[in-house]
Formats: sequence, C-alpha cells, structure tokens
Amino acid sequence: MTVQARPHERRREGSPWTGMWAVLAKEMADNLTSVRMHILEILIALTAVGAVFGAIQTILETVEQDPFVYLRLFTVGREPLPAFIGFLGFLVPLVAIALAFDTVNGEFNRRTMSRVLAQPIYRDALLFGKFLAHLFTLALVLTAIWLLIFGLGIVRLGVRPGGEEVARALWFLLATIFYGGIWLTLAMLFSIVFREPATAALASIAVWLFYIAFWGMLADVLAQIIAPIRFGFPEEFIRQLEWQLFLSRLSPNTLYSEIALALLNPATRALGLVLPIQLSGAILGTPLPLRQSLLLIWPQMTGLIAVTILLFALGYVLFQRQEIRA
Amino acid sequence: MAEYVVETRNLSKHYNGVVAVDNLNLRVKAGEVFGLLGPNGSGKTTTILMLLGLTEPTKGEVRVLGFNPVRQPLSVKARVGYLPDQVGFYDQLTARENLIYIAKLNGIPRREAYRRIDEALTRIGLADVADRPVGTYSRGMKQRLGVAELLIKRPQMVILDEPTQGLDPAAAVEFLNIIRDLKAEGITVLLASHLLHQVQAVCDRVGLFRKGRMVVEGTVPELARQVLGGGYRVRVIARGETDTILRHLRGLSHVVEVQPKGDMTYELLAQRDVRPQAARAVVEAGGELLNLDLEEPNLDEIYARYFETEEVAHDRAGKAA
Repeated sequence: MTVQARPHERRREGSPWTGMWAVLAKEMADNLTSVRMHILEILIALTAVGAVFGAIQTILETVEQDPFVYLRLFTVGREPLPAFIGFLGFLVPLVAIALAFDTVNGEFNRRTMSRVLAQPIYRDALLFGKFLAHLFTLALVLTAIWLLIFGLGIVRLGVRPGGEEVARALWFLLATIFYGGIWLTLAMLFSIVFREPATAALASIAVWLFYIAFWGMLADVLAQIIAPIRFGFPEEFIRQLEWQLFLSRLSPNTLYSEIALALLNPATRALGLVLPIQLSGAILGTPLPLRQSLLLIWPQMTGLIAVTILLFALGYVLFQRQEIRA
Repeated sequence: MAEYVVETRNLSKHYNGVVAVDNLNLRVKAGEVFGLLGPNGSGKTTTILMLLGLTEPTKGEVRVLGFNPVRQPLSVKARVGYLPDQVGFYDQLTARENLIYIAKLNGIPRREAYRRIDEALTRIGLADVADRPVGTYSRGMKQRLGVAELLIKRPQMVILDEPTQGLDPAAAVEFLNIIRDLKAEGITVLLASHLLHQVQAVCDRVGLFRKGRMVVEGTVPELARQVLGGGYRVRVIARGETDTILRHLRGLSHVVEVQPKGDMTYELLAQRDVRPQAARAVVEAGGELLNLDLEEPNLDEIYARYFETEEVAHDRAGKAA
C-alpha cells in the first residue's frame, strides 16, 4: 500500500465475499451449459459404463466370496479395458484443466474483466467464486458418475452394498474431488499467468503429461543418482527404495493412486516399504477397518489438499497484483 | 470538497519505471460533463482506473464522491458506473442475462433488478432484442447495452472510456445524445476520448492530457484563448490594396494574428468577436468588403496546435541536447 492512509481508513471496507455467490451461480451455469463440459461428460460417462460393465463381467465369472464386491467395480478391469480408477487417474485432470484453463484470461480476452471488477465487489469474490464453481461442477460430475456406477452395480450384481463399502467409496469420491482440485488450481494459476488461454491449457497439459509419463522414470533415475548401490548392502537397497518412494510421492498422481489403493483394497496394510519384521503378527490378506485405512492415507490426503491451497494462494497473490489494463 | 465529485492531488502512477500519470490535479464538478482528451497512451485510462480503485496510485490522493477509492472501493464502485473502452459481454448469454449478472453483483434485489433492467433496455432501444445472445449484437448495440448496464446501477457519476470508438457516425451521434440525457438527469459524466468533435459537442469542460500530465484545462473557449492566443477566427474577403488592408486589420485591438489567404481573403485570429471592427478597418483602408465570417473556436485546432507546438518544442530540445 503506497498511499499513506489515515488510521481510521487503513482497513479496506466491506467483505471480500460480497458478490461471490453471484459469481459462483453464473460460472456454475456457464460450466453446466457449455459444449466443452457436455463433451467431457459424455466421455466420462462412456468410459465409466464401459469399464464398469467389464468389471461386472469379471466379477460375475469369479465364484469367490468377496465382502467388498462394489469396490471391485472401480478396481477390476477386463481385457482390453483397464479398471475405472485407471481411467479416472487421467480423466479427472483432463476435466479439471478443461474447466479452468481460461478462468481469468478468458475474462480479459472477452474484455469483461474491467466491467465486472467495476462492480462493487473485490477481486477475491471473483476468484473464489470461479474456483468454487469449478470445484462444484467437478464434484457434481464425479458424484453423478459415482451414483451411475453404484446403480449399475445394484442392477447387474443384485447384491446389496454394505455400509463399509459405501463409506469407502464415498471417501474415494472425496479424494478424487481433491485430486481434481489440484489440477483445477494449477490450470487457474496458468490462466492468471498467461494471457492466452491456449498457452495456459498447453502449460497445464504439459505438467499433467510430465507427471503421468515422465515423473515415474525420473524418480527412478534420480533415486539411483542420489542413493547409488555401491557394495550391495541391504541398507543401500532400502535407502534407494526410500528415495524413490519419496520422489515419486512428489507427484499428485502417486498420492492419488496410493489413496485409491488403500481405500478400494481394504487388505492394503501399508503404502511404503514394509520389512518382514514389521508384519509379525499380522494376518495377511484380511481387510483393515476403514478407520485404519484412513489413517494410512491421511498424509496423502493432506498432501493433496495442501498443494491445492498452495497453488490457489499463489494464483490469488498474482491475480491481486495483476494490472487490469486491457 | 462537496462541490467536486472528483478531486485528485498530485496523483501519479508508475508502471515498471514508466510514468503513466504524472502529478495529476483533476477536479470535476457535480453535474458537469468533463472531457479527458488526449492521444492514446496519454494516461487517460490509467487515471480512470485509479478513480475506481482498480489500480493503486503510486503516490498522491484521490477522492471520488468523497470516498477514497483505495480504501473504500466498494462505496465508489456502487455509485460510479464505468463503461470501459471496447466493452465486452458474455457472448453466449442474452442481453438480459448479462444485465442480471451485473445487477446481482450490485446486490440489487431480484424484483427491483428486473424492473430496472426492463426500464433500461426500453430506454436505450434494445427491448426487442433483449433475449438474443449478445454474440449477435453489433458494436453499437453492445455499446448501448453498456449504457443500460450503467443505468441499472442508478449511478451518481458515469465514466465513459472511448465510448464512440468503432461506432458508425449515426450510432456515434445517437450515443452523444445518450450522454446529454445523462447530464440532463444530473449525472456527472467523465468522458475520455481522442475524438475531438464529439468531446466538443458534449463536454462542459475539457482537460488535455499529454504524457501523463493534464496540460491545459477549461471550457473550449478558455482553452482556445490559452492555446491559440485567441478563440475566434474571422474570415474577411475584401477587394482592395492588400498591404493597406493588412496593416489596418493588424492594428485592431484584440486581434492576435492576421494572415492573408490568397488574393482577397484574410484570416484573423482574435480574442473576441471582432467582425464590426474588421468591417470598419476594411472600409477605412479603402477596400470593398465582400464577405465576413466568424468561426467558433474549434477544439480540433486547439488540439492540433497544442500538440504541434509541443512536438516542435520537443524536437528542438532534442536537437539542442
């Protein structure tokens, strides 16, 4: 603040939330009626139906007793189709990026930014409103898909879903929304940094591709460089594996797939390196209670949310400082 | 303070080392139409953004309707309507939907908003096409929709940035009438433009901007006196001895300059209407007066003259250095 303000007017007047609901409602309506969104909805619905039908076929063919048959709908694939969580891992970022890549620069390009900001609202309301509208849209789409999958399951499997199953699937839905939140804020950040929506979209997709295709490989290579195996001691192997795990967890994809694994496969007891000693007394293959699984994924969940907040904060600061000269 | 709706003191704005607005002291009275006139990049838009609190001044003070836009932007923006240059709307939404969004952002209750929107659309003649997507609108229609948006706010003051740019002449004239209507309602209008004729046609007072400074300010005749040395241009057509007539005309009081144009035509630059005196002078010089014309002071000329002399002075300074 460069202007020397008198003490009684040092604070900005009014609430930063004024007008946020108006922005939210308008953006939400835009999202839900846009052609872009319809295409993505069709794409997701088709993959969901395809993958889940595959899963149902596989499940119906197995005679084994399974207390978590509804969770298998997400995790079981049938050649040549992968399981639905495989699809989600890259469809969710795609939807999130498609929703958000022109959030801010689109307003500039349509020359609506100065007109909207000339209304009695703060920039906060605009950014928060837009972010929440995108997040709610994403949540709406994912919830619809989630219900679709459960519906298909009930019709085709003819089994009643258990409480534990539903609770785990709900947590998984929540985690998926947060995972989308990261890509949403990333695309929003790029929409603030770059004036061209195409550049912002490309930059977001580049980051996404980097994590999907290259980060795994890079984590391996980096771990080998940082913790090389010189003498072949077991400690060296462990150290390298730990490094590799740490590095790969810097990717939201890894965090998300670990969460999915722990939630949808209740028998998962650990997400990191487990030495045989640590497993003494454990009955392998038995499911963990939901509370225990949640404890297992808590760091990952926190990580996803923290990155989202961080990216949003960065975008927020940049947007507040942006000159709105057209 | 109460008399002025806009008051700035040494207002300055620097963008990355470039001075966009330089120690601006601007005062706009309630109810007047004030024209910010200047070439592109002379700091008009930056000034407007600072008045609305959309960009922070580097130094100096601003008061708009008694509020400080830096600390009380909501109070300012609730009372001041702003029509940016080349205003844009959400093309996929209809005119009505665009206005509803703005009404909501202003916190106008729904029923009241619908009433005001209908009223505003009817008033600017867009009622028939109100439910068509704005994407199908012409430039002029969008500009008028921009005014409708200002009206639903019931503003005390409106700021129009290059509102007639890109409009065809008929639409531009229509737009100027809209500005006159706003003034008639008692709304203060701040009009930024580089189109001189239009500024001259509607503005009570004009401020000339150049490189971030307001170099002259006043009514058009005042400016003419300041810049041209005289605001009145009298054209005399007379038959007779050229030198004698010239001498007599130059001898008149309040005449700044006399230039012979062609055989029998003389152009006088004067501080007041000197037609009677000029007629007498011609007769006294033994000439026959054929015609006598008075041209009102013209902003075009003031503008050209001002920036011309400035450029020349600047060039000289540049060469000297």
